[in-house]
Amino acid sequence: MVDPVPGAAAPHHAPRTELVQLLTPEGDRVEHPDYSLQMGDDELRAVYRDLVLVRRWDVEATALQRQGELGIWASLLGQEAAQIGAGRAMAASDMAFPTYREHGVAWARGVDPLHVISLFRGVDNGGWDPVATGFNLYTVVIGAQTLHATGYAMGIQRDGAEQAVLAFLGDGATSQGEVNEAMIWAASFSAPVVFFCQNNQYAISVPLERQSRVPLYQRAAGFGFPGVRVDGNDVLAVLAVTRQALQAAREGQGPTFIEAFTYRMGAHTTSDDPTRYRLASELEEWKLRDPIARLKAHLSRSSIADAAFFESVEAEADELAARIRSGTLDMPDPAPTEMFDHVYAEQTPQLAQQRADFVAYQESFEGGEH
Amino acid sequence: MSETLTIGKALNLGLRKAMEDDAKVVLMGEDIGKLGGVFRITDGLQKDFGEARVVDTPLAEAGILGTAVGLAMRGYRPVCEIQFDGFVFPAYNQIVTQVAKIHARSRGRLAMPIVIRIPFGGGIGAVEHHSESPEAYFAHTAGLKVVAVSNPVDAYWGIQQAIAHPDPIVFLEPKRRYWEKAEVDVEATPDPLFASRVVRGGDDVTVLAYGPMVKTALQAAAAAAEEGRSVEVVDLRTVSPLDLAPVHESVRRTGRCVVVHEAPVTLGLGAEIAARVTEACFHSLEAPVLRVGGYDTPYPPSKLEEDYLPDLDRVLDAVDRAMEF
Repeated sequence: MVDPVPGAAAPHHAPRTELVQLLTPEGDRVEHPDYSLQMGDDELRAVYRDLVLVRRWDVEATALQRQGELGIWASLLGQEAAQIGAGRAMAASDMAFPTYREHGVAWARGVDPLHVISLFRGVDNGGWDPVATGFNLYTVVIGAQTLHATGYAMGIQRDGAEQAVLAFLGDGATSQGEVNEAMIWAASFSAPVVFFCQNNQYAISVPLERQSRVPLYQRAAGFGFPGVRVDGNDVLAVLAVTRQALQAAREGQGPTFIEAFTYRMGAHTTSDDPTRYRLASELEEWKLRDPIARLKAHLSRSSIADAAFFESVEAEADELAARIRSGTLDMPDPAPTEMFDHVYAEQTPQLAQQRADFVAYQESFEGGEH
Repeated sequence: MSETLTIGKALNLGLRKAMEDDAKVVLMGEDIGKLGGVFRITDGLQKDFGEARVVDTPLAEAGILGTAVGLAMRGYRPVCEIQFDGFVFPAYNQIVTQVAKIHARSRGRLAMPIVIRIPFGGGIGAVEHHSESPEAYFAHTAGLKVVAVSNPVDAYWGIQQAIAHPDPIVFLEPKRRYWEKAEVDVEATPDPLFASRVVRGGDDVTVLAYGPMVKTALQAAAAAAEEGRSVEVVDLRTVSPLDLAPVHESVRRTGRCVVVHEAPVTLGLGAEIAARVTEACFHSLEAPVLRVGGYDTPYPPSKLEEDYLPDLDRVLDAVDRAMEF
């Protein structure tokens, strides 16, 4: 325990009543006066499948990093419901602006996991097509993408299109000036953008109390648009809240700030050690709110899914993991000249010369390689 | 058809033409609407094109550039006005980590046809942060291109060419020359955007300049001529990419080269040019490539800026030194 900073806010523990919840941690379905959700059994099973598969993807990627096959990995463990709920709330024509941890959203948008892996393996900066998938490339600089999302939303307005933008950010990003600028722009122009903040309680090692004196969703009031806190481990609540906010944006009602209250079960990335900055008891407490276990309990108890279904999902997860593993190991390195090829839409003479020099240098070695 | 225009008016007409030619062109910046910008470069444009195309933004430079990124992804061509050179730094993150990188990050799938207009340089008696020359920061960043115009003809054509160009361009406007006039033929075929140009022929020394220093270099050349020295002046026009082929040709003939800019000399553009000219023209050089620039100090209070800024005497002094080798 560190000494408190003079004048610092005491850690706040949000009353549970603030949370929008449609599924209790025990797996009981509950109603909420402002958010309703009608889902068929097929869709519920599909959501469960998504949660299991992205967790398995994440586990496999973490293992690959530990075995030296990936330079780094940003785990989504614990945040599956927030991401699958948000991703599934989007219409096909909507656009997502992710950080570097939104693997679950990528999955929901149909991005191949190997394209995401290629970024962390150092093969490229993101191998998917952001236009075709409606899922922008990852942004590593904290919060920068919230402005891109807002500008894109302003473009939607100019085009008169019925689309919305979902901008992802973390709790730490709310401290960034650019995120505040994004919210000012979004409010001033009533842009069709929804800010989806996954409050996973830590910015690498620094807890939320060092970022904010107030619950994050309350900040939206200061910008002049609605803020809502949803149980980020409740995939149904996330889906309902996000769907409603995106629809409001499409209808010209402007932005919403969603705080998905969740927890990062793993490290920030494979480079850090969370045991240095948080207590094991905290982790144990959050394990009781596991997003997958609670949906599984609901599906079982309501007889929406049986043991055979759960087994089939597990088998599918095994296949996915095997495909990710072999696909990663088989991934070719990029052609070395590629680093010169996309710096500009219109190549400069200087860079063309450097490229030619590089090629000549490469070819000076026997067999063209060294 | 020729008109006598100031640089400021030429930019205004160039922006108007670009907006007429392409409905995707959107101007964004602080005070650019009703006020027409603090230098009136966008005067009258909001009245004629509306608030959606000439956007008075909130006061936050990162916001201007960051939202421009999103608009560019949506197929628009944002033209961002930064009010003064020293105010670009809050947007520096967006320009350097995002605008410059997104084309490469996306392997060419996403274009960033953004123009960042910056009135730059000193000589107007302003307070701090209003007189700086930040071009080296941007020229050092892969993915950006940097242009610095010096006259109404290049201002009129250059801004249109920059807006039509597919890559992000930092477009530097010599604010102390905004009121300089020249004939502009608005039906001519313009020179390419990324090409330097010999603006005065000479045989003894090659002087290179861009933006506000071109006029100073020409004044120095005229003064040198009275003393019997023949000075060739090259307007670089583009900072990145550099177009040095005409410079090499000139230096091989004169054997001497002086680079002039307002920015601090250390690690400024002159250093890059000196290295490249030396590499290409080593056997022709009669003297080392000399640099004339601002001192390595913060831009000084305006009562001292005439001491800080290169003037024709400092250029002439460098010419003399080059001749003495």
